[in-house]
Amino acid sequence: MRSIRAAAVGAVTMSLALAASACGGGSSTGGGSNDSPRELTYWASNQGASVEIDKKVLQPELDKFEKETGIKVKLEVVPWSDLLNRILTATTSGQGPDVLNIGNTWSASLQATGALLPWDAKNFDRIGGRDRFVESALGSTGVQGQDPAAVPLYSMAYALYYNKKMFAEAGVSGPPATWDELVETGRKISEDGKWALGAEGSNLSNNIHQVFVLGKQHGADFFTPDGKPDFTSDGAVAAVKQYVDLMAKDKVIAPGNAEYAQNQSLGDFAKGKTAMVLWQTASATFKTMGMKDDEWGVAPAPVPSGAPGTGAQTNSMVAGINMAVFKNSDNVDGATKFVEFMTSDAEQKILNKAYGSIPPVKAAQSDPAFNGPATGVLRETLATSAAALPQVPDESQFETAVGTAVKELFADAAAGRPVTTESVKAKLAKAQQQMPTK
Amino acid sequence: MTTTTAPAGPGGRTVGKSSPGAARGPRRRTGRIRRIGLPYLLLLPALLLELLVHLVPMVIGIVMSFKELTQFHIRDWTTAPWAGLDNYAMSVDFNAPVGEALLHSFLVTCAFTLLSVGLCWFIGTAAAICMQDTFRGRGLLRALFLVPYALPVYAAVITWAFMFQHDNGLVNHVLHDQLGLTDKPSFWLIGDNSFIALLVVSVWKGWPFAFLIVMAGLQNIPRELYEAAALDGAGVIQQIRRITLPSLRPVNQVLVLVLFLWTFNDFNTPFVLFGKAAPEAADLISIHIYQSSFVTWNFGAGSAMSVLLLLFLLLVTGVYLFLTSRERRSARV
Repeated sequence: MRSIRAAAVGAVTMSLALAASACGGGSSTGGGSNDSPRELTYWASNQGASVEIDKKVLQPELDKFEKETGIKVKLEVVPWSDLLNRILTATTSGQGPDVLNIGNTWSASLQATGALLPWDAKNFDRIGGRDRFVESALGSTGVQGQDPAAVPLYSMAYALYYNKKMFAEAGVSGPPATWDELVETGRKISEDGKWALGAEGSNLSNNIHQVFVLGKQHGADFFTPDGKPDFTSDGAVAAVKQYVDLMAKDKVIAPGNAEYAQNQSLGDFAKGKTAMVLWQTASATFKTMGMKDDEWGVAPAPVPSGAPGTGAQTNSMVAGINMAVFKNSDNVDGATKFVEFMTSDAEQKILNKAYGSIPPVKAAQSDPAFNGPATGVLRETLATSAAALPQVPDESQFETAVGTAVKELFADAAAGRPVTTESVKAKLAKAQQQMPTK
Repeated sequence: MTTTTAPAGPGGRTVGKSSPGAARGPRRRTGRIRRIGLPYLLLLPALLLELLVHLVPMVIGIVMSFKELTQFHIRDWTTAPWAGLDNYAMSVDFNAPVGEALLHSFLVTCAFTLLSVGLCWFIGTAAAICMQDTFRGRGLLRALFLVPYALPVYAAVITWAFMFQHDNGLVNHVLHDQLGLTDKPSFWLIGDNSFIALLVVSVWKGWPFAFLIVMAGLQNIPRELYEAAALDGAGVIQQIRRITLPSLRPVNQVLVLVLFLWTFNDFNTPFVLFGKAAPEAADLISIHIYQSSFVTWNFGAGSAMSVLLLLFLLLVTGVYLFLTSRERRSARV
């Protein structure tokens, strides 16, 4: 019997969640109600340096909401590594929170489950209308042509953070604007145990963000217009090769970065071991790592040539967090009120200031706090040169499959194995063949 | 030993001892029912829970393996369209990427299990034999040996993950910086060496269990056997070969089976060491199935792979139990 139990581990684990739903009395297919109007459960994603810091940021705001509406919000801050699985379990069991945060790149994948409340015109009107939000942020809320599955809450973009002292020591006057300049600058800096650029080679999502942007610069989207995987196009192969070559050929990324997945590259940056990182909203993290604001600078992420813009000049993905409501909530009206509160102009300013992100609400963006040296670059990037990741139901699988391929290529580069166009194409072909075919 | 004593009913009373003739039949029947039924009645709660907690989900898992279950139907899995044998066909099509990756993962798991179980058994047995004779500090050493077994798996494996880090890990510091055994610091958590890293952690946390079981088994071997063998001129090696190992055979049969099943299905060690995308060289089947199910959201295929794994383990366990019981039977004859 033990052997049977042991062998069925995969099936049983999944089935347990489903069996629990059958026993728990909840309905995963329920349509929602207002049976419990005085209470809400909110799963917040971990935005700050720790879960505790998030609680400190959010709790006063939730208390404010309770005072205004009489609705008590039970908060749980969920670490990133657990969030998608928790959402998936909640979706199958129907025992999830009323309101939750989702990574904006998952919007279309989670929309496909049918578990999230669609934000049609009526629902948008209840929170002040669709026009309040920046268009680029709305581009990451679900499949185009369908009602969004979520509402933008925090917006982020990639930028190039650089260490001013290391640049001065290497005799480099300013941050690179193009990839050629970055490699050239990198070669001047990469010596005596110092490296030019940090990377997170084993972090699948980060890999995807970087190669997606490079893909845009090479004219590739990774998906065809009708949503089919297209990982082996010339542009996609060139993008992945260019990114891995920063370690394999250009030698501006330390080989050790191939196994980084827990933001170690930020630690190296703060310690002066690497001079640059391509990151989204890193200022708060640098502060917690003991860096002073004047020790680092921010510039737009590199482009092939010229200045950032759209198409081949795209230099960031639209990063950010969305807010969604579970369709089967017992307090749909309260949940909508809570989304209205969190996306109000005043709360947007408070929350985005706390997290160093940019408000996706137009009116809140005008606050001077979002026009500083760091936030100004991020805001400009979001407005002019950021593109949303493909909003297709298979996006989550794409992150895993192609993110793993890039991780394996980094492992080859770190071990000194050649990374060629053929080897990149073979890895991407394997990733594409692992994608669902139906 | 046989006995002619009348069977006792519940509470030790002799059933029907003073029953008058007319009532003897029905009462005796009631007593028998009570006698036979009570154990089943007592077992019923456990049986029901076993059904609810294990069997029902397992059956659901098997049903899922015949479904086309992706994110589109995960909210209510019963609505997923039937896939027939498609999930199985895809899993065993070794010329296509999904089947090829599953076969690769299966072979990696077989090699890993063989090495890990073998090393755990060997180290555990050797340590238990060394600890058999009393000497000063034996208790302390025994307690130390059991530390890896007593530590929470998650905490222990995270510590190993830190030690295996390329830039700041203790393993590279010792092997490269201090002993100079490698030309440059090695990668242990990515690439081909990840298999070795996984094996080291697995053996480190598995051998104390073998040590514990073998040590208990050694207590049952009479000391006189060794004394007689020593008088006959048998050396230590001969004593181990002729007395210790044959006497430990029943213990080892269970030990190897349990270690095999635990190691083949080990999920915690690779997951904590490598995260949700293990390197190809250390892609154990448990992680592979997890990835197929929960990361790529293809639950039907993941369930089919689980069922295939279940069948394989059932087959191996069945053959193993048949062979070992046949040995016992022939030994009795």
